[in-house]
Amino acid sequence: MGILKILANKPWEASGEIDNLEGGGVVEAPPARVGLWAFLAVATSLFGLFSSAYHMRADYADWQQLSVPALLWLNTAILILASVAFQWAWMASRNGRLKAVRDGLSLGGLLTLAFLILQLVAWNQMISAGFFAQSNPANAFFYLLTGLHGLHLIGGLWVWQRTTSRFWAGLDQEDAEQVGAFRLRVELCAIYWHFLLLVWLVLFGMMLST
Amino acid sequence: MAYVAIADRPDELHHPHSFITKYVWSQDHKVIAIQYSIIAILVGLIALGLSFVMRLQLAFPDTFSFIDPSIYYQSVTMHGMIMVIYLLTALFLGGFGNYLIPLQLGARDMVFPYMNMLSVWVYLLSVIVLLASFFVPGGPTGAGWTLYPPQAILPGTPGTDWGILMMLLSLAIFIVAFTMGGLNYVTTVLQARTRGMTLMRMPLSVWGIFTATILGLLAFPALFVSAVMMSFDKLLGTSFFIPAVLSMGDVLETEGGSPVLFQHLFWFFGHPEVYIVALPAFGIVSDLLSVHARKNIFGYRMMVWAIVAIGGLSFIVWAHHMYVSGMNPYFGFFFATTTLIIAVPTAIKVYNWVLTLWKGDIHLTVPMLFAIGFIFTFINGGLTGLFLGNVVVDLPLSDTYFVVAHFHLVMGVSPVLVVCGAIYHWYPNITGRMLNDGMGKVHFWMTFIGTYCIYFPMYYLGILGLPRRYYSNGVTDFIPDSVSAVNIAITVSALIVGLAQLLFVLNLITSLRFGKKAEQNPWRATTLEWRTPEYPPGHGNWGPELPGVYRWAYDYSVPGAEKDFICQDEPPTEGQGA
Repeated sequence: MGILKILANKPWEASGEIDNLEGGGVVEAPPARVGLWAFLAVATSLFGLFSSAYHMRADYADWQQLSVPALLWLNTAILILASVAFQWAWMASRNGRLKAVRDGLSLGGLLTLAFLILQLVAWNQMISAGFFAQSNPANAFFYLLTGLHGLHLIGGLWVWQRTTSRFWAGLDQEDAEQVGAFRLRVELCAIYWHFLLLVWLVLFGMMLST
Repeated sequence: MAYVAIADRPDELHHPHSFITKYVWSQDHKVIAIQYSIIAILVGLIALGLSFVMRLQLAFPDTFSFIDPSIYYQSVTMHGMIMVIYLLTALFLGGFGNYLIPLQLGARDMVFPYMNMLSVWVYLLSVIVLLASFFVPGGPTGAGWTLYPPQAILPGTPGTDWGILMMLLSLAIFIVAFTMGGLNYVTTVLQARTRGMTLMRMPLSVWGIFTATILGLLAFPALFVSAVMMSFDKLLGTSFFIPAVLSMGDVLETEGGSPVLFQHLFWFFGHPEVYIVALPAFGIVSDLLSVHARKNIFGYRMMVWAIVAIGGLSFIVWAHHMYVSGMNPYFGFFFATTTLIIAVPTAIKVYNWVLTLWKGDIHLTVPMLFAIGFIFTFINGGLTGLFLGNVVVDLPLSDTYFVVAHFHLVMGVSPVLVVCGAIYHWYPNITGRMLNDGMGKVHFWMTFIGTYCIYFPMYYLGILGLPRRYYSNGVTDFIPDSVSAVNIAITVSALIVGLAQLLFVLNLITSLRFGKKAEQNPWRATTLEWRTPEYPPGHGNWGPELPGVYRWAYDYSVPGAEKDFICQDEPPTEGQGA
């Protein structure tokens, strides 16, 4: 039932029992998933506003295009692989192949850690090349955006750590509820990682092009 | 059925066992709502006190030696920021949102109670950081609540060492707190409505709070972005916003930054913020009018559409705050147009409020007085917005008291009147006792007439050209002597209105103990929060079974019905079309 149809309801005409699922659009999904999507909307707004600030600032005369460290290409590849690993874990969790889930989760988390460390190395390269935050707004944006993106990944890693520890603590495969909750966690991790990959690709493209 | 599981979920209700888990680290939405409200009202009283500092200085310049220009500007800044964000936003969404959403929708609690609890404590942290800035070297920032760079972080403005950083930090913390709460409100409305509570059966209070929360979730990031970038400018010496500046005789190292960029970011948050405060007020006042006029709200669907339309439009009007910033005139034309368009759904709402009263059985209870007072004040403040929305009229008026009068009436006094009315209305539901009626009426008339006496003359001052933000007007040709007489009158009114609020606080405290015991549903309202098995509502809100909803929230004075109201959970009887 579309939102327009819902908004066209005339509630004063009908009184009586109505099933929300048909008549009022209660979103039928696990709350954690709905909460995550709402959070992704907030994060999209956040990164979107940073990007528009970036473009607006880039219009001024003193802007010098960033010389992006070549290392970032490697980092991008690593983050893509991390996302692939999470996707693999998600797909495996849907088929109940727990060993593959474990491998996918571990690999994804480790690749993300590697990404974060290499981002710090890239910062170090920038600093030793003399590109300080004060030198040019493009550099300042580089530190700001990579830092913020990294913080989001660290937040993701916290959830990842809770998910994997749940797994290592021993998952009762007979308990459908437990397995369902675990599968949901894996799914949400995967969605979050894809989102952050997308954000990174947009940010990286922006820094390369402007 | 999935939705019942989400609205119900008794297994996830953390039943409190001790005083601490019941009243301090509580995950119960009602306790959290009260915590939010108390913090917000206390910090609001501080902001009220700061406004007296300003008023005393303006009415009696050179009289009070403790008010120097720095203190004055710091008071202006902190007053504005506290009132808009830490009082109104927190009270409407954290306070009323938390209280009303689960109760009016028939849920046992918010969907994420733990995050809800974190939200209020992080909010408290942001308030503590904010108030701590009064005690750091240099005091709080005096940059004006809009915190425009470059003056916000350059020497010469009060509080540029510590104050501004504390302010930015506090705002960032507040945004985190709000986001945690906001995700909860949105998810709860989307998922935890009880059986039969369709979107178009929701009371307008929930519609207003829901839409305002979405605005907040999408708009607060803009404030976050500007706060982070400004802290970089301050701490690392970057030049996002700071142009080449000659400051105190020194050429700074910054160059090329854009103060206008900050203004765009700030107002991309700042304008939706107006509606974050206004939409819950619109929703709540609709319910108050309908209940106390014993009549269904006029044009319910139109009201919902107007709320949604205002929410959408509020994102494309922000630059009408920036007509004087030197931006491209074509921009101004665009934003003037959108600003006038947003007046259409707003006017629809006003017509509908008035038409709800038309031929209603109006009970002039205290909540109703406040609701009607809101209509008057809002029309007054809103109509002057049409003047300011036009570029050519705004340019001469922008820096005068006309603007002060406009925004105080439309987004200061109007929402506060709704807050007061709502507290008188729901106090029995929260505490089981009524607020004192006589004190309430005195409070209303002093507040309503008093605020008119404060802000109406300011229009006159503005049209005279009296500049706002000035510490002292000095002696100038264009300011007649009558201005100082008006200023004194305004200050006296302000002090009286302030006293009236103390009376209100006194009423809130004494009625807790001595107030008349409230019967259940004293206003004979139809909505679910009055239908709980325990009264006031207990932990988990509902008995073993959630209420089922059979009708919309506005079945007042239905022809042929026994009583003049039919509650939402009353099943239809024979002959009453099902």
